[in-house]
Amino acid sequence: MVIGAGGAGLRAAIACSGQQLNTGVISKSLLGKAHTVMAEGGMAAAMGNVDPRDNWKVHFRDTMRGGKFLNVWRMAELHAKQAPDRVRELEEWGAVFDRTKEGLISQRNFGGHRYPRLAHVGDRTGLELIRSLQDHGIHQGIDFHMEVTALELLKDGDRIAGVLAYRRETGRFVVFKCKAVILATGGGGKAWPVTSNSWEYTGDGIAMAYDAGAELMDVEFTQFHPTGMVWPLSVRGILVTEGVRGDGGILKNNKGERFMFNYISERFAPETAATVEEADRWLAGDKTARRPPELLTRDEVARAITAEVKAGRGSPHGGVFLDIASRVPADVIKRKLPSMYHQFKELAEVDITKEPMEVGPTLHYFMGGIRVDADSQQTTVPGLFACGECAAGLHGANRLGGNSLSDLIVFGKLAGDGAKAYISALSGSPKAQDDQITSAIRRATEILNRETGENPYLLHADLEKTMAKGVGIVRQKDELETAIAELEELKVKAQTMKAPGASQYNPGWHEALSMKSLLVTSEAVTRAALMREESRGAHTRLDHPGESAEWVKFNVIVKKGGDGKMEVEKRPKPEGAPQLVAIANAKIEDLESGKVGADAT
Amino acid sequence: MAKRLFKVWRGNAEGGDFKEFQIDVDPGMVVLDVLHRIQAQQANDLALRWNCKAGKCGSCSMEINGKPKLACMTRMNSFTEDETITCQPLKTFPVMRDLVTDVSFNYEQNKRIPKFKPKPRDADGQYRMYQEDVDRVQEFRKCIECFLCQDVCHVLRDRDGREQKTFIGPRFMIRVASLEMHPLDTEDRIPELKKEFGSGMCNITRCCTEVCPEHIGITDNGIIPMKERVVDRFYDPVAIIGRKLFGIRKRTKSRSETGE
Repeated sequence: MVIGAGGAGLRAAIACSGQQLNTGVISKSLLGKAHTVMAEGGMAAAMGNVDPRDNWKVHFRDTMRGGKFLNVWRMAELHAKQAPDRVRELEEWGAVFDRTKEGLISQRNFGGHRYPRLAHVGDRTGLELIRSLQDHGIHQGIDFHMEVTALELLKDGDRIAGVLAYRRETGRFVVFKCKAVILATGGGGKAWPVTSNSWEYTGDGIAMAYDAGAELMDVEFTQFHPTGMVWPLSVRGILVTEGVRGDGGILKNNKGERFMFNYISERFAPETAATVEEADRWLAGDKTARRPPELLTRDEVARAITAEVKAGRGSPHGGVFLDIASRVPADVIKRKLPSMYHQFKELAEVDITKEPMEVGPTLHYFMGGIRVDADSQQTTVPGLFACGECAAGLHGANRLGGNSLSDLIVFGKLAGDGAKAYISALSGSPKAQDDQITSAIRRATEILNRETGENPYLLHADLEKTMAKGVGIVRQKDELETAIAELEELKVKAQTMKAPGASQYNPGWHEALSMKSLLVTSEAVTRAALMREESRGAHTRLDHPGESAEWVKFNVIVKKGGDGKMEVEKRPKPEGAPQLVAIANAKIEDLESGKVGADAT
Repeated sequence: MAKRLFKVWRGNAEGGDFKEFQIDVDPGMVVLDVLHRIQAQQANDLALRWNCKAGKCGSCSMEINGKPKLACMTRMNSFTEDETITCQPLKTFPVMRDLVTDVSFNYEQNKRIPKFKPKPRDADGQYRMYQEDVDRVQEFRKCIECFLCQDVCHVLRDRDGREQKTFIGPRFMIRVASLEMHPLDTEDRIPELKKEFGSGMCNITRCCTEVCPEHIGITDNGIIPMKERVVDRFYDPVAIIGRKLFGIRKRTKSRSETGE
């Protein structure tokens, strides 16, 4: 049973059904609506179609550096090696990527990627991915259960035995008995008020896995994408693709200064343009020039924007200006960024071919999540697998743009393969326990049956306030502790939520049920953020500035303790294979000339 | 902030009625925002679908003041200041609850279309297609499956048209077109278009094109070329004789396929 029908879930289901497993997919929305459709820029795969110097080693190195070396070495390796085949396979299933002059899949530049690497379709690559998987998947004998929400994982002893879920349409509960479950449920951005995430992003998989005894890892790393819309208020947080900057867009403050040149950190200085003139040469295709600072990794750009706004140099609605109008001809903008053009025209009444956009950071992505084995994607619970955003490991402390869509298809497939191997080796059929099912149903229906109680919508708004205040882009000890205290209060209030109406298609009840997941996820992020006393990637501690040489050797693990309380542990991070370590640390010239990694395959 | 009057249809398959809501509206809001505010403040159990809030997923389709629209892309300042805003479920599909309809008809139609069947890769393991050949396919692939075109299609509005599956509908006509015009696809899709999918049922009123939030030229770029291919195959005597005598290709294909 696959939970989630975004890119990872669909790819996992295709892998399962392709290996003769009886496969089902549960999704909270209709098929093809998952948040994957929002991905714009592309999927990273070192195919070398545009720049032949690209290969998996350079992609691997970029990923590790972007992730500030906290990535699981083996996952970054598998991802870089397998992404090209997964992308080409999509083409075999009907995807129509933009083409190079030679007729191959075109690839575009993106933040943190050394070479043009992102296979794309204009700025709607996610839609192309999900539609290709969907149209292929419906002919694979997979059972799709649309508008069904998973509530709890069912176990027989240690092992997975099924899923308890409910149909949103009727409110009826349904038990899916199965030998293995693959979680592909995405992150938990809805705990924050300004987010690019849709209502589905409530951390369901993270919370269900946690309750089933699985370990979570590095959940303190929550990525704030530097460029979300800031106005109008109702669309605050909606993403403005990094592709705008990849295609020449620049960031300016209210004084008209191109401020990113003031925020180039030491690590990236050797590979970043020092002057406007050099940045423009790079954009024009000069291979000796270095990249513009607007294309630094997302955490660096997000912090720079926050600093500019704090210093009083922000735009009228509290962001900064993203200007492509003065840089690229109008017809090119419309052709290369059609969705962005329409998004601003129709939602903000801004013509991006004539005026700059106003942008600011928005909670976008969970790097951390459920801890999995790199090759099989199995969690610490036998029979439970996780892939895509809900799983931890590939992206370390910060994700590069474009590495998410490729993550979905690489690890979606591996999770399917892992589930097949697990089921083949399984003896007997695990049986779900009736008392687990009845008590879970009772907890869910109490919300409807109670006479009075807390309004779930208002409780959700309070949670967002807590997370925005205490667990934002920059964090510190006392604020995190306050957030934990507030979360404890919210947990108590959540015990007595009340949703009026019946169980048939009742959004108030759905909201109340997802609060449970949001609270577990938020608590895990906050406690992990408090433990990690350093600033690395997307996790910035004002009271512990800079990366610490000590902390790179540790993961933060969260799990449910025997007493039901959340336990947080600083656990040594397994070392990488020597060859991988050498490649990740190599100078780019040494890697490309073959001085390092020449024998790596 | 200003108070606005909303009339929202509430009910289920058995029936229902419009309910009035007086609600505060802030500058910059879209209809979906106002419905969410109604849901949070006055009707916790108001059922509606939504996901992305940016016109990219096609979930929040409904009829607003009688027109099929995406609620997330309908700005409040597109109405006059004292205009009452009426929201009701799509008329073509059976109501489940409030603004949510049963759109499973559309998923069933998609399943009827045989899957993409690509030709073999080139010797170096690559597929080659040229941008000018895929432009027209990419236009159709912009479709976000909001089903507004299916909703407004008069063949599908007619209940018999739906139940007897006489016409697959505009969304799936362009899905077939995206396969038929795909430079790599080897399946012959023309006989099915005529016999199974009812290409002749469409009489080109262009209502579907008018409501498409992605501005896809559904009728002119998709349905009409498909109808023409059907006509060429089944009704053009010169072409039929030509094919018999000279073995002329059945399909007009692209540069990459013909190797030009």
